[in-house]
Amino acid sequence: MLRLPPFTYLAPRTVDDAAKALASHGGAAMLVAGGTDLYPNMKRRQFEPSVLVGLLAIRELRGVRGGAREGVTLGSCTTLSAVAVHPEIAAHYPALATAAGLVSSPQLRNMGTIGGNVCVDTRCNYYNQSYEWRKAVGFCMKRDGAICLVAPRSPRCWAVSSSDTAPVLWSLGARVRLRSAAGERTIPVETLFRDDGIEYLAKRPDEILTDILLPPADGWRSAYLKLRRRGSFDFPVLGVAVAVQMEGDVVRDARIVVGAVASQPRPAPAAAAALVGGRLTSELIARVAELAAGPAKPLDNTDFTHPYRKKMTRVFVARALASLAGLAPAGEPAAEVA
Amino acid sequence: MSADAGKHEFAVIGQPLPKIDAWAKVVGETKYADDLFLPRMAYGRLLRSPHGHARITRVDTARARALPGVYAVISGADLPRVRFGILPVSQDEEALCTEKVRMVGDAVAAVAAVDEETAEHACRLIDVDYEPLRALMSIEESLAHPEVRIHEYGDGPNVHKNVSLQFGDVEAAFARSDLVREDVFFFEGNTHLPMEQHAAVAAAGPDGKLTLWSSTQTPHYVHRLLAKILDMPAAHIRVVATPVGGGFGGKLDAFAHEIAACRLSQLTGRPVKIACSREEVFYIHRGRHPVLMWIKTGFTRSGEITGCHLRTWLDGGAYGSYGVASTFYTGVINPVTYRMPVYKFEGARVFTNKPPCGPKRGHGTPQPRFALECQIDKAAEQLGLDPAEMRKRILAEPFTKTANHLTVTTIGLGECIDRVVEASGWRTKWRGFFSEEATSRARPGGATAPSEKKRRGMGIACSAYLTGAGTAVYWNHMPHSGVILRADRSGSVAVLCGATDIGQGSDSILAYLPAEILGIDPKDVHVHPADTSLTPVDLGSYSSRVTLMCGMAAIQASQRLREVIAQAVARKLAVEPGALAFRDRKVGVAADWERAVDFPQAVELAEAMHGVLAFAGSYAPPRRAGKYKGGGVGPSPCYSYSACVVELTVDEETGEIELHDVWIGHDIGRALNPLLAEGQVEGSVYMGIGEALMEGQVFRKGVHKNPSLLEYKSPTTLETPEIHTFLVETNDPEGPFGAKEAGQGPLLPVIPAIANAVYHAVGVRCDEVPITPEMILKGLELRRRGKPARVGPERIPLFTFKAPVVVESAFGQPADAIAVRPFQ
Repeated sequence: MLRLPPFTYLAPRTVDDAAKALASHGGAAMLVAGGTDLYPNMKRRQFEPSVLVGLLAIRELRGVRGGAREGVTLGSCTTLSAVAVHPEIAAHYPALATAAGLVSSPQLRNMGTIGGNVCVDTRCNYYNQSYEWRKAVGFCMKRDGAICLVAPRSPRCWAVSSSDTAPVLWSLGARVRLRSAAGERTIPVETLFRDDGIEYLAKRPDEILTDILLPPADGWRSAYLKLRRRGSFDFPVLGVAVAVQMEGDVVRDARIVVGAVASQPRPAPAAAAALVGGRLTSELIARVAELAAGPAKPLDNTDFTHPYRKKMTRVFVARALASLAGLAPAGEPAAEVA
Repeated sequence: MSADAGKHEFAVIGQPLPKIDAWAKVVGETKYADDLFLPRMAYGRLLRSPHGHARITRVDTARARALPGVYAVISGADLPRVRFGILPVSQDEEALCTEKVRMVGDAVAAVAAVDEETAEHACRLIDVDYEPLRALMSIEESLAHPEVRIHEYGDGPNVHKNVSLQFGDVEAAFARSDLVREDVFFFEGNTHLPMEQHAAVAAAGPDGKLTLWSSTQTPHYVHRLLAKILDMPAAHIRVVATPVGGGFGGKLDAFAHEIAACRLSQLTGRPVKIACSREEVFYIHRGRHPVLMWIKTGFTRSGEITGCHLRTWLDGGAYGSYGVASTFYTGVINPVTYRMPVYKFEGARVFTNKPPCGPKRGHGTPQPRFALECQIDKAAEQLGLDPAEMRKRILAEPFTKTANHLTVTTIGLGECIDRVVEASGWRTKWRGFFSEEATSRARPGGATAPSEKKRRGMGIACSAYLTGAGTAVYWNHMPHSGVILRADRSGSVAVLCGATDIGQGSDSILAYLPAEILGIDPKDVHVHPADTSLTPVDLGSYSSRVTLMCGMAAIQASQRLREVIAQAVARKLAVEPGALAFRDRKVGVAADWERAVDFPQAVELAEAMHGVLAFAGSYAPPRRAGKYKGGGVGPSPCYSYSACVVELTVDEETGEIELHDVWIGHDIGRALNPLLAEGQVEGSVYMGIGEALMEGQVFRKGVHKNPSLLEYKSPTTLETPEIHTFLVETNDPEGPFGAKEAGQGPLLPVIPAIANAVYHAVGVRCDEVPITPEMILKGLELRRRGKPARVGPERIPLFTFKAPVVVESAFGQPADAIAVRPFQ
């Protein structure tokens, strides 16, 4: 079987200790929470850290605080299972509960954390392979090589942002708190991401994502739809997060963010703007869906063909909006969460 | 379930009993090969080729050997120079390649070390120089480049096998037809995906003897091959098949990890374990062949088949394996289902630089079944016939021969069709073939359709499959299965049999049959399977042969034991042996049951009279091979039959398919354990769904595109619909208590039934599997543009088949003698 490379595991009890450990080991250390993504990647030698700083023993990183009226704060090590069934989140930030409940399988949601999912490594089917496989096909620039195998003439890596929760948090206007030995900062979640398959996070390596801050719900409705081959296990190969703030039956504000079609979640501001001031009729939804598909730039490095994923962006945005308008039930069943 | 409990006099047969190993499996106590830990054991690992096709110019193991913790490093030079293969006609494999590698994943060297990590590290220190050759990755490419030779042998450059058989004059038959259809289909390759990855432990003793524990379906064949490969007497080798966590045909050859473990153990004097990674299992493969098919069939107005001509091209991968048999199997089973008086089959297996294909569940037959059943659906539409009724009308006749000289016995297919048609509500839900007008109305079950963009459809298909291959992989006149039964004074009975339980439940069958015959509880029977030094040979768990063949051997041995016990008890009770009944752990006269003797006492009486109570049973199938070259592939003691109806929804916007219900009727002859049989049927349906909708062993840039459980998409329970199983019992004279197979046949009709249901739902003919959402959208787009809404292969290779072996059709002749058993 595939074996983990050797490493030292540290289990600090506080964020301060974790930050110190991270600072003292420099680039040799990585953070790990549930490990559902990192450990398999380490087995395939995508990462060979000599030190892992485990976050699961840090009590202050767990749990959901606050309420929809003043805003909700999620500790980054809250499990995806807990996020999926949390009553306040399910009632007022339903897209987040849906997205958390659609990550992988029940067992992995019980271990995997919301912070881990937001920061999950970008994916590519030339990259998420064993060392021997990558050697056989020729190493790529994301690990051990110099070129991108999906777009050989491109100077950058096109690995795909594969988080279910990241586009949702972006659409909800969430912020994230980052702490390091040097201090802390709180930034809008959209500034956490970069459009590069290798350097996909703007977080410094010495920073720890400690909290996710959701703004007051304030009349916002949200939905998330996920495209994947099967009803479980699979990473998204398209994720559509929509959020609208209604005033009567008129859209006052809207955000549409598309996941898993680029190296970071892709907002569709033109499409969102076209919603504002309108009513969620089938005609408007069709027009907006067309606009929203524009920013989706999938390449041939995930499951399904990339023209299909592009085509489905329009369908999924339309369906997500239709579900918010009460025109049709949302496509994905949330039943699996239970 | 048609088994009507009241009509049987059986105590064990027909009862829905748990498998005898059920508890061990569910509580995790079953010891698989990777669960074996022997004192001083070393851990091995294979170095595999990163090239699809290359000459090996140098292998240097010095750096690896120098690594602390490494016990031994071997390359092909450390093994006898022997080429081997499971079939005598395809001796083309080496455990560790010496001259050439023919695929990414070919094994080149092996390491034994103190732990797996060290062994893996050492593998990376082995220096191998390659001179890359052009890798041929498809049938077309291999045929287009005869100057590049993957192997030097075969029926032409890169052609492993070229066969052609003709039974009667197909052209004359087509001339007599009211409708002649020609269609082209493609069936993508896919793999077995057993939960348990291959693993083996070898222990060479100081006495020079060798034991191999391995997750294998064929300990006997591995035993024979090891003697050849290691160049040592078979008498000094013992092969034990550990419980197999899923086989499906993927553990039927001798593999590099088994051979390397043996050699490394001989060199180090330590037990050596090699457990393969999931990725390695994709390279070991021996799975479903990708097959391109051209099929031409003539029909009369009423739906009768006048004749059929089938051509198949198999993408064999890098080695022969069972491929010659696979090639025949793409042709020889189709005539078993419907009246097909005239038949011609041409097949070719082509080498490519990919993992070798082989005998996955259904071995070569799901692909042509898909072609035939979809073509019948198309013909039914053109003839204006209900496809269920049409099939029922043209069923083969029981106890006759087919055009290609196969003897069929009982056929329960008519009842299978009736059961699924009835249960599915076919007659009310299936309202004609697709038409725009029909879809604008509510489709079947339309009241619950969630949106007008989703359309429901139903499809039907049938199939047949063999219950055990009529010939062994090597020619011989010995039994195919043997059982030794030993009765103990405790009243327990030990069963020794070479059969391998791969989850299908053969160990349980080996407990049920003696228990039934001896009137004891299955729990009183101790089954000792699959150990070449203890158990009589059973050829292996393949071709759905085990229940029938080891079952018949077990019955014979049980009857022999029963006879001597009856003699002893009869003397004690002063009655005729024939008057005795065996039930409830007693032996006695039914009318005078108070005097019945407890079974342990009966055994003691018998042992006192006869000495040690050990009896053998043997079974070999009837010798009914057709008297022509190639006639050895296809004959079987009897054939199972299945009919399947599928109801599904197709989303016209996304192309996604959701299955709602599968109704499947299976002629099992007799369900020895209906619970176990239903499990086999459901497992087959599940596997068929995967092949129909998502599974594909596909390659890109010369490597397997997705060799992992995550990215090789196989359905989960969430994609598995309600499965309604109907077991039809025909009490076949060839089977144990009338039983036929259940482990493979029910997979076959599922795939074409899904394709036919897709057409019924949205009017798109998918002549290729897996049927992906992209294909559905492409078909709908063609329809929108007024073109034929068919998605599938557009052309067939330029290829010359051999001149056919021309044989008279045996269609309709009475069956050869039934229930003639060589070792009776």
